[in-house]
Amino acid sequence: MYVSVKGGEQAIENAHAWLDEARRGDTNIAEINVAQIREQLSLSVNRVMAEGSLYDPDLAALAIKQSRGDLIEAIFLIRAYRTTLPRFGYSNAIDTSAMACERRVSATFKDIPGGQILGPTFDYTHRLIDFKLAAEGNAKKASKRDNSVDKMPRVSDFLNREGLMEAVIDNGDTPADLTREPLELPANRSLRLQSLARADEGFLLSLAYSTQRGYARNHAFVGELRIGLVDVVMDIPELGFDIDIGEIQVTECETVNQFTGSKTQPPQFTRGYGLVLGQTERKAISMALVDRAMRWEELGEDDEGAPAQDAEFVLYHSDNIQATGFLEHIKLPHYVDFQAELELIRQLREDAETNLSNTEDAHEQ
Amino acid sequence: MNNEAYNFAYLDEQTKRMIRRALLKAVAIPGYQVPFASREMPMPYGWGTGGVQVSAAILTPDDRLKVIDQGADDTTNAVSIRSFFKRTAGVQTTTATSEATVIQTRHRIPEVPLTEKQTLVYQVPIPEPLRFLEPRESETRKMHSLEEYGLMHVKLYEDIARHGHIATSYAYPVSVEERYIMDPSPIPKFDNPKLSQNAALQLFGAGREQRIYALPPYTKVVSLDFDDHPFEASKANHVCALCGAEHSYLDEVIVDDEGNRMFVCSDTDYCESRRAQGLTGKSAA
Repeated sequence: MYVSVKGGEQAIENAHAWLDEARRGDTNIAEINVAQIREQLSLSVNRVMAEGSLYDPDLAALAIKQSRGDLIEAIFLIRAYRTTLPRFGYSNAIDTSAMACERRVSATFKDIPGGQILGPTFDYTHRLIDFKLAAEGNAKKASKRDNSVDKMPRVSDFLNREGLMEAVIDNGDTPADLTREPLELPANRSLRLQSLARADEGFLLSLAYSTQRGYARNHAFVGELRIGLVDVVMDIPELGFDIDIGEIQVTECETVNQFTGSKTQPPQFTRGYGLVLGQTERKAISMALVDRAMRWEELGEDDEGAPAQDAEFVLYHSDNIQATGFLEHIKLPHYVDFQAELELIRQLREDAETNLSNTEDAHEQ
Repeated sequence: MNNEAYNFAYLDEQTKRMIRRALLKAVAIPGYQVPFASREMPMPYGWGTGGVQVSAAILTPDDRLKVIDQGADDTTNAVSIRSFFKRTAGVQTTTATSEATVIQTRHRIPEVPLTEKQTLVYQVPIPEPLRFLEPRESETRKMHSLEEYGLMHVKLYEDIARHGHIATSYAYPVSVEERYIMDPSPIPKFDNPKLSQNAALQLFGAGREQRIYALPPYTKVVSLDFDDHPFEASKANHVCALCGAEHSYLDEVIVDDEGNRMFVCSDTDYCESRRAQGLTGKSAA
């Protein structure tokens, strides 16, 4: 006697209880707390804030704890929470030239006004496992120069003065917002940049790498990479003046790319731009390269058919929450569709066998 | 989750208004895919976020909701979505098709005919019927606006040339009121005839792809075919082993290690109500 499976509700409940238990792990080991994650796994926190599109280190740390360290799952938690938040206004554009830089490097000039600041980077570490860390993590104090420079001029501005760099023109349009409007193509540059800023780091990294290897090569120099705090300022209409509502850490990358020119226009360097929440350097550089690759049309370059040039391809596939959802949904039941396929393939095989035996009969006669 | 922290049926009123506008446009242009600013929902894309957003936008406190997945009320995802609305909207829920005012579905249309008082909400993974012929949205939108559907007919013709049949068994494309070609979501083609002249309002939501479309009540929907290869709503050539139904869509169930199978109704409510009326199949206790 067959009884159809019941009790999905109970199974789900039990599975969730098991998940909670697995998250906690061995209870003889001290539980990790949110502040520890925020302080000691800060680059994970930064990635979750960047791709979750919400600047809140405590919430991102909590999401990482809840997701057992699965960062895409944590990003998903942040995104789902973010959409429920009311919007009471828009800040002014942040001024990254007024950034309090923790890190600032240029690959195009040996020395720059304001200086090169390495900051807390892995760049020149030797990748040797530090076994001391397994035992103790004694906090060392780093010696830092006081770096209270009011304004850090942008490297691109120096090139700009000579007219060597393409000018960026603010056409005054209100940037589109893909979290409020459906993505429609063709997407202008500001919309593309918004999409890239929340895109999956791994996807952008691979695309950017593909441009370096020749799929729409645009020969990028890191004109400047800076990481630091910027003020967030809001204009409050009732008050009639701007108010500083806090500061956020961002990573900005401007690339200087191969020049274009024509008979009428002298050659100029072109730009790629990356701006990401938090200390997220790999992502910001990747973003700048992909941004530059997608600008081929406006700069009069050839369509090489490279993946990174194809804005529709990039924008439709860069969101890891969309991608992971659709990818993983194939584990949901599909037995109705599969049944329909079963019927069809049986029928096709039957037809083919009938045809085959008819042909054989015909030969025998 | 703190229920107080969320609005009725989870979405805020502004978002609901945006979705309702898209729904109105969709009803006004049957079969046309209306872009809408789909929100991130607390369940993953691919799990029915489009259907959930449509349901959230149309539910009222007086509604009675039924959720099915693969025709069944008790599949895990149906259970999960039903409990989501129970929690966030506090609406009554039911498994009885005839008692529901809103039915959210994945991959099936209930066997019992629906009424004018009911709304059927479909979860749609890929709303674009031309997608697997042309991957670019910018192209397929153009093809729809120019009614440029030759590619689809060529595909169906090639199926016949190769296999002797149209080799599409689910998500079988339809033509709506002789204008738009529409993807009916991955329902088996057995269900396609129920799309046409249905008394209920049928709404389709694709969350990840940000599209909404609709079939108003009594819309003419035709499954694509050729005169010499007419459309056929096929199903397994068996009767339900539990309730003896001859004309319902059947799931094939493997019952033992020998690979023996039985066939049972995919629509669990239909099967259970038939058995409650005393109808039985050969395997019923």
